[in-house]
Amino acid sequence: MTVKSTARARKKAAPAVPDTLRATGTDAQPELVQLLTPEGERVEHPDYPLTTTPEELRSLYRDLVLVRRFDGEATALQRQGELGLWASLLGQEAAQVGSGRAMRTGDYAFPTYREHGVAWCRDVDPLNLLGMFRGVNHGGWDPNEKNFHLYTIVIGAQTLHATGYAMGITKDGADDAVIAYFGDGASSQGDVNEAFTFASVYNAPVVFFCQNNQWAISEPTTTQTKIPLYRRASGFGFPGVRVDGNDVLACLAVTRWALDHARSGNGPVLIEAFTYRMGAHTTSDDPTRYRLAEETEAWKAKDPILRLRTLLEKEGLADEEFFTAVDAESEQLGLRVREGVRSMPDPDPTLIFDHVYSEPHALVDEERAEYVEYAASFEAGENH
Amino acid sequence: MAGQLSIAKALNDALRKSLEKDPKTVLMGEDIGKLGGVFRITDGLQKDFGEDRVIDSPLAESGIMGTAIGLALRGYRPVVEIQFDGFVYPAFDQIVSQLAKMHARALGHVKMPVTVRIPYAGGIGAVEHHSESHEAYFAHTAGLRVVTPSNAHDAHWMLRQAIESDDPVIFLEPKRRYWDKGEVGATADLALHDARIVRPGTDATLIAYGPMVKVCLEAAAAAEEDGRRLEVVDLRSLSPVDFTTLEESVKRTGRAVVVHEAPVFLGMGAELAARLTERCFYHLEAPVLRVGGYYAPYPPSRVEEAFLPDLDRVLDAVDRALAY
Ligand SMILES: Cc1ncc(C[n+]2csc(CCOP(=O)(O)OP(=O)(O)O)c2C)c(N)n1
Ligand SMILES: [Mg+2]
Repeated sequence: MTVKSTARARKKAAPAVPDTLRATGTDAQPELVQLLTPEGERVEHPDYPLTTTPEELRSLYRDLVLVRRFDGEATALQRQGELGLWASLLGQEAAQVGSGRAMRTGDYAFPTYREHGVAWCRDVDPLNLLGMFRGVNHGGWDPNEKNFHLYTIVIGAQTLHATGYAMGITKDGADDAVIAYFGDGASSQGDVNEAFTFASVYNAPVVFFCQNNQWAISEPTTTQTKIPLYRRASGFGFPGVRVDGNDVLACLAVTRWALDHARSGNGPVLIEAFTYRMGAHTTSDDPTRYRLAEETEAWKAKDPILRLRTLLEKEGLADEEFFTAVDAESEQLGLRVREGVRSMPDPDPTLIFDHVYSEPHALVDEERAEYVEYAASFEAGENH
Repeated sequence: MAGQLSIAKALNDALRKSLEKDPKTVLMGEDIGKLGGVFRITDGLQKDFGEDRVIDSPLAESGIMGTAIGLALRGYRPVVEIQFDGFVYPAFDQIVSQLAKMHARALGHVKMPVTVRIPYAGGIGAVEHHSESHEAYFAHTAGLRVVTPSNAHDAHWMLRQAIESDDPVIFLEPKRRYWDKGEVGATADLALHDARIVRPGTDATLIAYGPMVKVCLEAAAAAEEDGRRLEVVDLRSLSPVDFTTLEESVKRTGRAVVVHEAPVFLGMGAELAARLTERCFYHLEAPVLRVGGYYAPYPPSRVEEAFLPDLDRVLDAVDRALAY
């Protein structure tokens, strides 16, 4: 016997919604900022003008290709058993490269676990990112070296850190700004909504960059929200923009605007980069259980790299030599990553006791000594 | 329920039976619908019971917990899935300050029949926050019942008993044992909070729960080859603790070693050692020893084996206990 609830059947006719509420409610058509169409057509947007040199466009193309290559290599390394897990950014390259390249050196990024493209733009060595996925550390890079914080797995937590960091910038009277990266799923977390509140009331120079890749593991965005995510911002008292997340130029222009808006003392901005997670959630996930292949297929036509290549070719901004050179560089990156991961040494287990505190702690020291002695007893052959 | 079932399947069956039995039972959690949960414990349940009873929730643990409390106030019997141990902390306030205390604050006028299922502990080579053993936090909080099975039979029956309980139950599932198979009996042979002697012995008592029961059974089998007969007690319930069974065992063997993955410092072992020392003082041949994790964050997976108690560390402690 299965007992299904009748709750659905008992829905009552709703009273009419006043027109004044409709305007900002669920019915208004969301606008999507786009500067480069899926067909590779360059279009203008009145609010987000962008002038780019051919060299800049080529450089963005190179970023996109190399980031995708790195990501693909990591996925392959996971399959070969070199990594325990990998969270692929496939499909989200433009959102990450566009926003990442909008940052100035002094700006600071707070990533989730999928921001490999942002890391690339911050000049973080890709091999650094692989340590935690291989299981040799929990991140371990110095966040302040490239102003790129550690990956944060606990959904949403980093948005508050980003906001606090931005509050510090204001206190210092500096003109840096911060980007807090998070996902559509994360938008439901209390931490994220609290970050919105703090950023808003303290006018913190933080840009909330939400990659709406349509999925939080198996849950579609409709599980998290009834209105387009960028409209959440208005309730907190700051602007929200939806941008074509597969359009690197739009992501660049909008993020640049948002960072400048924030750093000039106007407070936070929410950017919703409308994109798609082309792969599985992670290498442990099986998306065939919850989404249709047709959906993924449809998004293929909006590929972020293809459209930029089309533009470069159509406008004669890059020649065959350039594309060949990028491909060669991509091969080399793949090789470097492969070899780098394979030769990553397994850490000594005493790493367990390292850096638990910044100053000596009696119990940690005692347990470390016990462990060392215990481990040595095996080498001496006196144990079982 | 004939045949061998994995712990995962035994839990799935228990949820199914509970949904069938009581129309007020609802499941809530992240990805528990179409996906069937990241460990597939709720596999097929949304298809059979509908989206109103097997609810894919927004990604917000405090939200899940808080609304489960509200549903309970309205007469429902929510069974919440927290996706991984490390992600229960956003819900900690709702669990500790609200769920645990509601019944007492209302002088018994409202009940909180909420079950919180959490895959916990390590050993699966996961990235950080996916291997935590946080049982002591919950057991330390009066108002919560805390249980953890170690085999398919107990997984099935303890989950059904937990769901039937009118008190909140933190139900900790040893994730690295999900795929271990065992016979599931036709009835629950023990009450929810009873401990089980899973291997009788005479020389020392190993006390474990969840993922460590298997390690202790292996240790006991290895010790047997050396002529040592170790008793293994599967605690099953961490709050309340079945001290009657423990006391009887330890008085017989005169020695006890508590084994858990959680850090030794202020872990379950501390409480068990203190109380067993009080109850069995004149029968003890050695202090109650503890084997567990270190006082450090759960380490990266490539060194987790050094962190986790294994057969050697258990036997090392047994040697020390026997040497007194
Ligand atoms: C607090 C917390 N709860 C649950 C999880 C498990 N989890 C990991 S990723 C994820 C989905 C995240 O979705 P979204 O925010 O959209 O980011 P995406 O993975 O799509 O980049 C979940 C539920 C977690 N890491 N942290
Ligand atoms: Mg997402």
